[in-house]
Amino acid sequence: MNKVCFLEEKAQEMRRNIVTMIHEAKSGHPGGALSATDIVTVLYFNELRIDPNQPKMKERDRVVLSKGHTCPVIYAALAMKGFYEMEEIYNLRKMGSILQGHPCMKKVPGLDMTTGSLGQGLSAGAGMAFGAKYDKLDSRVYVIMGDGEIQEGQVWEAAMTAAKYKLDNLVAFVDANNLQVDGHCTDIMPVEPIDKKWEAFGWEVIKIDGHSIPQILEALEAAKKVKDKPVCIIAKTVKGKGVSYMEDVCEWHGIAPNNEQYEIAMKELGGAV
Amino acid sequence: MSNEKRMIPTRDGFGDAIVELAKENENIFLIDCDISKSCKTTKFAKAIPDRHINVGIAEQNAGTFAAGLATMGKIPFISTYAVFGSMRMLEQIRTSACYPHLNVKVACSHGGLTPGNDGVTHQAIEDMGIYRTIPGMTVIMPADYNATKKLVIKAAEYDGPVYLRFTRDPLPIFYGEDEEFEIGKGKVIKEGKDISLIAIGDALHQAIAAADELEKEGVSVELIDMHTLKPLDIELVEKTLSKTGKIITVEDHNIFNGLGSAIADVIAEKGKGIMRKVALKDTFAESGDYYKLLEKYEMDSKYVLKMARELL
Repeated sequence: MNKVCFLEEKAQEMRRNIVTMIHEAKSGHPGGALSATDIVTVLYFNELRIDPNQPKMKERDRVVLSKGHTCPVIYAALAMKGFYEMEEIYNLRKMGSILQGHPCMKKVPGLDMTTGSLGQGLSAGAGMAFGAKYDKLDSRVYVIMGDGEIQEGQVWEAAMTAAKYKLDNLVAFVDANNLQVDGHCTDIMPVEPIDKKWEAFGWEVIKIDGHSIPQILEALEAAKKVKDKPVCIIAKTVKGKGVSYMEDVCEWHGIAPNNEQYEIAMKELGGAV
Repeated sequence: MSNEKRMIPTRDGFGDAIVELAKENENIFLIDCDISKSCKTTKFAKAIPDRHINVGIAEQNAGTFAAGLATMGKIPFISTYAVFGSMRMLEQIRTSACYPHLNVKVACSHGGLTPGNDGVTHQAIEDMGIYRTIPGMTVIMPADYNATKKLVIKAAEYDGPVYLRFTRDPLPIFYGEDEEFEIGKGKVIKEGKDISLIAIGDALHQAIAAADELEKEGVSVELIDMHTLKPLDIELVEKTLSKTGKIITVEDHNIFNGLGSAIADVIAEKGKGIMRKVALKDTFAESGDYYKLLEKYEMDSKYVLKMARELL
């Protein structure tokens, strides 16, 4: 099987896991998890230097899911990579679970940063990238943000810092699904032009279709060739991607499917209930 | 307890200690938020430029950047003023450093009313109370230059988040260079049996002056430097309580949620003892000379004496 087909299948499997765990938990954030799924799949199944047997390996690449509410996508990826048993996903948001409603690095093997308070992930990623450079590690740091999230002022403080220190081992994804809790970003607080903003802050900008595996693969390769500045990959995405009734529907930001909706979702994602 | 001792702000103690520390420990990093000149960290920037980060006037970023650096096994110290270090970057420190218990140190100058003439915007009167509320946070305010140097080293040795508070204005040097300090262990400066004066940070000097007066009047004073607000040395509080039964707390902080409140908790749970708090009485102060502000807002040694006489 070629790489693209393999990754596309993994992405569908990841989507099924996301919907399944949120359905089981009866709460969670499916929309933004599904919009970031293809990016996360390519990172975890093709890109990252990580080892489930040594989750704290110093030389590993790091991922900061700055849009922490969409953690089911990372929880699914880490389970599929073998950082913990797949059964664990059924404990999402339950008492005593390692899989908290928003992700905690002290609980989840393989999780590099505690997130959930929007706007902080890029700062954390910049700190990691700075530390990796100081230690002369060739580790790369990937931060995943939402487009609504970049309304937070701290994002731009971090953007300036990463450019100042020439953190070319840092890649920021903007998962641009144009939705936030209250509606479309364009209505709530416009963030466009996203590309010109990052360019003005001294970043290299790459624009892609965030659901095209080949484009994600290509962008990650291109990012490695950029020297002396950080890279922002602006990924145009659809919130709720893959489940017809969730796609670009604001309400699916933070609710769980009921049993009937779950069956429809699983069928659409190529799985059996 | 001489009044002729050399005067030096505790921010200088931090500026000197952090350079000495970093020369010995390659994991020490310093994050400035522009104001390195007044936080006394320019020496660090010069001596150890590759472990010095200046994020500019962007405290929120400093907070989470430090957390990210800490995940790489580093020991970042963030340096700024206490108002910004405790409030502008609060949620960053709470969620990204304290929740995952990362090794981030928030080391702040301009504690309490010590930036006197700068006025209310720069006087941190809520900071220790705020940080005391966060699970897993350690809160320290040393009383002089030498105590600062020792406690900064202790904070670096401790694995976890710490808030350190220093003064802008000069304080007398009270402790010898070789004095030892331990996080969470208050120091009994003088034992006594009639009344206990428990102070933190710059307020210790007001307590010392009051204790001197009381001793002249024949009162036996137990004087304690409670440099660590959290974790509080409960054992020591209970011990002094059983000796004197009367406590006066002295602090350069709002009257809520600081040292006085922490000790009141102990007294309430023990159901024994009486106390008075000397602190800023839930008001903003104003611009003015630090010592004159202490007098006006009833936080000086004269007011400590007044409270002591009430209790005795």
